[in-house]
Amino acid sequence: MSADNTPAPAVPAKARVRRLPPEFNILVVLIGMALMFEALGWIFEGQSFLFNILRLRIMILQVSVIGIIAIGVTQVIITSGIDLSSGSIVGATAMVAASLAQSSDYTHAIYPHLTNLPAFVPIIAGIIVGGLGGMINGGLIAWTGIPPFIATLGTYVSIRGFAKWYTRGNPVSFLTPQFNYIGSGIVPVFIFLICAAIFHVVLGYTRYGKFTYAIGANRQAARVSGIDIKRHLLLVYTIAGLLSGLAGIVTAARAQSGQSGMGVGYELQAIAAAVIGGTSLTGGAGRIWGTVFGTLILGVVTSGFTFLNINDYLQEMVLGGIIVGAVIVDQFRQARRAKA
Amino acid sequence: MLSPTTMKAVRESGAVPQASWLMEIQGVSKSFPGVKALDDVSFQLKRGTVHALMGENGAGKSTLMKIIAGIYTPDSGSFKLRGQEIKLVSPLDALENGIAMIHQELNLMAPMTVAENIWIRREPVNRFGFVDHARMYDMTAALFRELNIDLNPDTTVGTLSIANRQMVEIAKAVSYESDVLIMDEPTSALTDKEVTHLFAIIKALRAKGKGIVYITHKMNELFEIADEVSVFRDGHYIGTRDAAAVTREDIIRMMVGREITQMFPKDDVPIGEVVLSVKDLSLKGVFSNVSFDLHKGEILGVAGLVGSGRSNVAEALFGVIPATSGTIHIAGQEVAITSPQVALQHGLGFLTEDRKETGCFLILDVQQNMQVAVLSGDHIRGGFVRQGALSKVCEAMRDALRVKTPSMQERVENLSGGNQQKVLIGRWLLTKPRILILDEPTRGIDVGAKSEIHRMVSQLAGDGVGIIMISSEMPEILGMSDRILVMHEGRATGILNRDEADQVKIMELASH
Repeated sequence: MSADNTPAPAVPAKARVRRLPPEFNILVVLIGMALMFEALGWIFEGQSFLFNILRLRIMILQVSVIGIIAIGVTQVIITSGIDLSSGSIVGATAMVAASLAQSSDYTHAIYPHLTNLPAFVPIIAGIIVGGLGGMINGGLIAWTGIPPFIATLGTYVSIRGFAKWYTRGNPVSFLTPQFNYIGSGIVPVFIFLICAAIFHVVLGYTRYGKFTYAIGANRQAARVSGIDIKRHLLLVYTIAGLLSGLAGIVTAARAQSGQSGMGVGYELQAIAAAVIGGTSLTGGAGRIWGTVFGTLILGVVTSGFTFLNINDYLQEMVLGGIIVGAVIVDQFRQARRAKA
Repeated sequence: MLSPTTMKAVRESGAVPQASWLMEIQGVSKSFPGVKALDDVSFQLKRGTVHALMGENGAGKSTLMKIIAGIYTPDSGSFKLRGQEIKLVSPLDALENGIAMIHQELNLMAPMTVAENIWIRREPVNRFGFVDHARMYDMTAALFRELNIDLNPDTTVGTLSIANRQMVEIAKAVSYESDVLIMDEPTSALTDKEVTHLFAIIKALRAKGKGIVYITHKMNELFEIADEVSVFRDGHYIGTRDAAAVTREDIIRMMVGREITQMFPKDDVPIGEVVLSVKDLSLKGVFSNVSFDLHKGEILGVAGLVGSGRSNVAEALFGVIPATSGTIHIAGQEVAITSPQVALQHGLGFLTEDRKETGCFLILDVQQNMQVAVLSGDHIRGGFVRQGALSKVCEAMRDALRVKTPSMQERVENLSGGNQQKVLIGRWLLTKPRILILDEPTRGIDVGAKSEIHRMVSQLAGDGVGIIMISSEMPEILGMSDRILVMHEGRATGILNRDEADQVKIMELASH
């Protein structure tokens, strides 16, 4: 994790080679899968899979939202927690942000007096909603001690309820072009990658990051070492909520409307991206780059299957297998390391 | 070579050939990437003996034990059981061949009953295929009678003390009609009385002709229970001696390859003013009215049986479970220690009793483990860890404490127990504590590391740190402490000065 500039003690060269960052394996899988689809593309479709800018763009765009969520979920999982509410938070923030981003051209706006607002208003409102959702999760988990699975299962249901209640289920459309810009072109991809870069640094080099790993590795030891566990968990879940909120804004902007059903199932895809990327559900281990690669693997698989004209339902079946397979491979790798 | 299943069949037929050794291991080696854990090691176990394995952590005795228990397969060498060459492929395989291991970390299922734990996988069933609980109860009761264990087979394991769980493990091993029992530091969490009971059971097993491999770090146990002792060092077999004919010094010399003249080197240092004053400290239902003073440069030993409230007082002082009444003064000022963060701010450090549960971050590296308590103040700028400078400080600490690790990026779980403990001590020393609480600082640690830790503690006292040292080991308490606080059932029953303290007086206070 840290830059080591000591004259390294006698470690055999072989052991050194094994010290490649764990993300490297995931990158290899990612490239392998891309090449596999490339080969299958030439065999079955008579064209290249990778050398098609449009396809690559759509592929990354499709998973950017999942990626933004997964960055927060990775941190939650490192603390040995879980967040099931992120998809619902996407729905809620999409609704709230959209309701404050409506253009005055539309006569049936939710808030008729609050139309044509500058884009920062719905953005900030959305992020606040996401942060609040995360804070509820963190507060419940830290102060009542209930398992994260249960706490976020509760908010998963309630926050989705809020998203539906907000407009009594009606979609919110006719948004300002300024707001829609967030979802246009490859802006979502930029947002995803900037978030990834920020949290890569935060997890690796700040006190927040060190505490996050410590709590996940051994909560009792972290407590005795003077870490304020409650405060930190509140912070981690709030950050996860903020990122889900951001994902909700991007989702609304991409669709140029807010719908209460937005983000359904995203939480599981985000967890899958983190887990495929090497984040351990037992806590204490995981990196943002791994999650980024995990997200891209999801994208490559989805778009590869579409490219090969494989049935949607079949895609889902295979995707499930890939998630489980990734964890099995990871466990074998860990078992081997434990024995070594 | 016979396959394990054939071996099992031979054994069940009763036609077991009479062999001179119950178990005979010749020239066994085992390597892991980068380390040769065992190098041409031999070991012979006779029927009806207790054979102690001794050696510093990392000497190879754990590896040998795991080979015997079928967890590892050796790279080379021969392994004979009852005169037959055998190759074990799994712990279950070992069990079916009559080798049972009683783990240091007990492997019982806490929510299930004693009987269910013992007969798991082999539950007696009635003619409908359902588990016959009545018969299982009787079988367990019979087993307990045979071993003189006083436990109800219907008790839930989770409610039992560690000592009783160990009894269950032993009964389970016996229920497999094992000939070879491996015990890995079985007394490390037991009180003296429980140890006596355990030894009675071990002696009964020995009388039945079982061979017992007994791993220990405690010298006095060796003389009390063992018939033979084999010593290992750095993956090599050093030698086997008759326990009755060997001295403590012989064993230490074999283990460390050098003489350790002074085991408990408490230096005479000037004792300064009071740094910590505790008055009537109580935690409802756990301990009450504990009062004592701690001076600069003083080592205050805390003795008492496991469960006497010693560790609870330490936890209260550090704010892990804050006290419900009483006062704590640090350097003359009253303080309310409501959490470990507050304790840290007041210059306290706390090395907890259980290295694995509350000490180490096993999957994190040495660097992270050492620095976790000092991620504040000068080491942080704008939320960022000043890793370069902090790494240098940690490396200096590693060198000062002589932590043996390939690098600061090594996971702590790959270090030996003694080195893990040094890393944890380093963690607290980095906080520059005024008061350091050490709960069982040398439990499960080899002789060499133990004496290094004692030297370190003594040096700290010399630097003016006030030290509270909880220990179950009488020689450690007597050798290291300036004064000794004795606890019994949640009360402080007395404080003895170094010159007036002896084992008898402490035991009297600890049990009246």
